[in-house]
Amino acid sequence: MDRALRRKIANYVFIGLCIFGTVIALGALALILWSLFSQGIGGMNPLIFTMDTPAAGSPGGLRNAIVGSILMCGVAMIIALFIGVLAGTWLAEIGGDTPYGHVVRFLNDVLLSAPSILIGLFVYQVLVSGSPIALGHFSGWAGAVALAILATPIVTRTTEDILNLQPNALREAGMALGASQFTTIRQIIWKAAGAGLLTGGLLGFARISGETAPLLFTALGNQFFTANLGEAMESLPHAMYNFALTPYEDLNKLAWAGALLVAAAVLGVNILGRWLARDKNAGH
Amino acid sequence: MSVETKFKPRFDPTDPIFRWVSFGAATTLLVVLASLIGTLIVGGWPALSEYGFGFFLKFKECPVGNNSWFCIDTPWNPVTDVYSATAPILGTIITSALALLFALPIAIGIAVFLTQFCPRQIAQPLSTAVELLAGIPSIVYGMWGLFVFAPWFAKTIQTPLIIAASQDPTSWFAKMVAGIPNGANLFTASLVLAIMILPYMAAVFRELFRSIPPQVREAAFGVGATPFEVTTSVIIPYVQKGMIGVVMLGLGRALGETMAVTFIIGNSHKFPKSLFDSSSTLASTIANEFAEAADLHRSALIALGLVLFLITFTVLAIARWLLSSQRY
Repeated sequence: MDRALRRKIANYVFIGLCIFGTVIALGALALILWSLFSQGIGGMNPLIFTMDTPAAGSPGGLRNAIVGSILMCGVAMIIALFIGVLAGTWLAEIGGDTPYGHVVRFLNDVLLSAPSILIGLFVYQVLVSGSPIALGHFSGWAGAVALAILATPIVTRTTEDILNLQPNALREAGMALGASQFTTIRQIIWKAAGAGLLTGGLLGFARISGETAPLLFTALGNQFFTANLGEAMESLPHAMYNFALTPYEDLNKLAWAGALLVAAAVLGVNILGRWLARDKNAGH
Repeated sequence: MSVETKFKPRFDPTDPIFRWVSFGAATTLLVVLASLIGTLIVGGWPALSEYGFGFFLKFKECPVGNNSWFCIDTPWNPVTDVYSATAPILGTIITSALALLFALPIAIGIAVFLTQFCPRQIAQPLSTAVELLAGIPSIVYGMWGLFVFAPWFAKTIQTPLIIAASQDPTSWFAKMVAGIPNGANLFTASLVLAIMILPYMAAVFRELFRSIPPQVREAAFGVGATPFEVTTSVIIPYVQKGMIGVVMLGLGRALGETMAVTFIIGNSHKFPKSLFDSSSTLASTIANEFAEAADLHRSALIALGLVLFLITFTVLAIARWLLSSQRY
C-alpha cells in the first residue's frame, strides 16, 4: 500500500473516531436530559408550587424547598456580588500585579474548584457548631454563607476578566477629566462592563442553585415551610437528595420534578448570561 | 492590567477608602481559604492524634495462603469508634482515575471534532450545547445514575457477565466482575462521573485548541499534512502543557465530586476486591454520615475532608501552574 493511501486512511479513521466519540458523548447526555424531562414532567403539577414537602403516601409539593432555595441563593448572591465585584476590581485595577495580588488570584482559583462538600464542612464548623460565633443549630444563614463561598470566586474571576477587557483609554479619559480613581471605576469602568458583571453574577447563581453537598449539614433541610433564615431550611437539591433515596415512588417522582425545575432554572440562567454577554466577549 | 502610574489622578479622599474596602474584599478570599484549612485541621485533629498513621494504613492478621495485599485492614465502625481512611481514599482514587480514563479520549475527540472538522454551522450550536451541559448540577447526574443507569447496567451488563464468569470462578475475569448485581459499584460510579466531567473537559479543551494561532495550523496544512497529522503533530504538541493542566482540572472535579457518586457507589468501607465491588469515596462518606455523626466519628469525617482537601489542592495547584499561560 502506498504512503499517500495509508495517510488518507489514517486520516479518515481518526475523523471517524472523533465523530464517534462526539456522538457517544452527546448521545449519553441526550439520554440523561430525556430521562430528566420524561420523568420530571410526570411529577409536574400546580400542587408542587402550593404544597410543602410531604411524608410518603400523602400528597405534597415542593413549596418550602423552592422558597428556601430562592432565599438562600438570593442572600448568597448578595454577599457574593458585594465581595466578588470588589475583589475582582481590586485584582484588575489596583493590586493585581503585586505579589499579594498573585497570591489572592491563585487562592481564588483554588477556591473556585475546591470540592463543594468541604465548604459545607467548613461552614458547619464555623456557623453551626464548634466555633465561638456558631449559632448552635442548622440554619438558612449557614446555607447561604456556604453558597456565597462557592459563588464569590466565580464572580471575582469574571469581574477581573471583564475589567481587563476594558480599554485603558477609558481609564485615561476619566482621569483626564480630573476624576478620582474611584469615580472613574464607578462611573466609567463598571458601567462599561455592566453586562459582563451581570453575566458573572448569573454564572455564579447557576452554579450554586444546583449545589447539594454544601447544604447537607449547613441548612440541613426542613419538612415545614419557613421564611426565617435563622431556622433549618429546606432547599430543592436537598429535597431531591432525600426523596431520591427513599423507596417510595411518589417521593421519587417529586425528586424528578425538582430535578427538572433545577435543571431548567440553571439552563435558563446560563442562557440568559450568555445572551447578555453575546457580543461583549465575556471571556467564557 | 493596572493603570500606568504616570496617569495618577489627583487626590480624592474616597480613593483610599475604596482601595481599602476592595483590598479587604480580596483579603476575605484569603481568610476564607486559610480558615477552611484551619478548621479542617482543628476538627480532624482528635481523630488524627487518636489513630496516628493507622488512620491511613493499617494491617491485620493475614489468613494463611492469602494474598498479603488484601491484608490491609479498612475498619470504619462508629459503634466501636475505629476508623481508617484507606477505603475511601482508594475508592476516590480508583473512581477518579477510571472516570478520567473514560472521559479523556472522548473529550479530546469532541474538542478536535468541534475545532477542526466540524462544519461551522453545526460547530457553534454544538459547542454551546456542550458548555451548557457542563453547567447541569451534579445531583441530576446522580439521580439518573441511581434510577436509570444502575438498574439497566445491573440487568444488561453485570448479570450476563457474572453468569459468563461462573464458568470458571477462579479466573482473573471472574474476580474482576464479582459483586452484587445491583448496579451500585465502583465501575458504574466511575462511568457516571465520566459522563459528568465530559462536557466540562470538552469545553475547556475546545477553548485551549482555539487559542492556537490559525497560522500554525495553516502552515501545517500548507506543507501537505492531513487533518490527522495536523492534529497529532502540530496542534496537540503545541498545547501539550495546557492539556495536562486540563486533565488535572478534570481530575480535581472528579476527586471532589459528591452527589453524582454518593447515589451510586454503594457506600461500603471495605477494600474493593473487584471492579463491580461497592466502595466509597472521601466525599460520599462525608455526605452520608456527617449529619448523624458525633465526637470521634465526626472528627474522623473531618479528617477525611482534610485528606480530600490536600489531594485536590495538590492536583489543582499543578493544574493552575501548567495552565498559567492560559487562564480558565
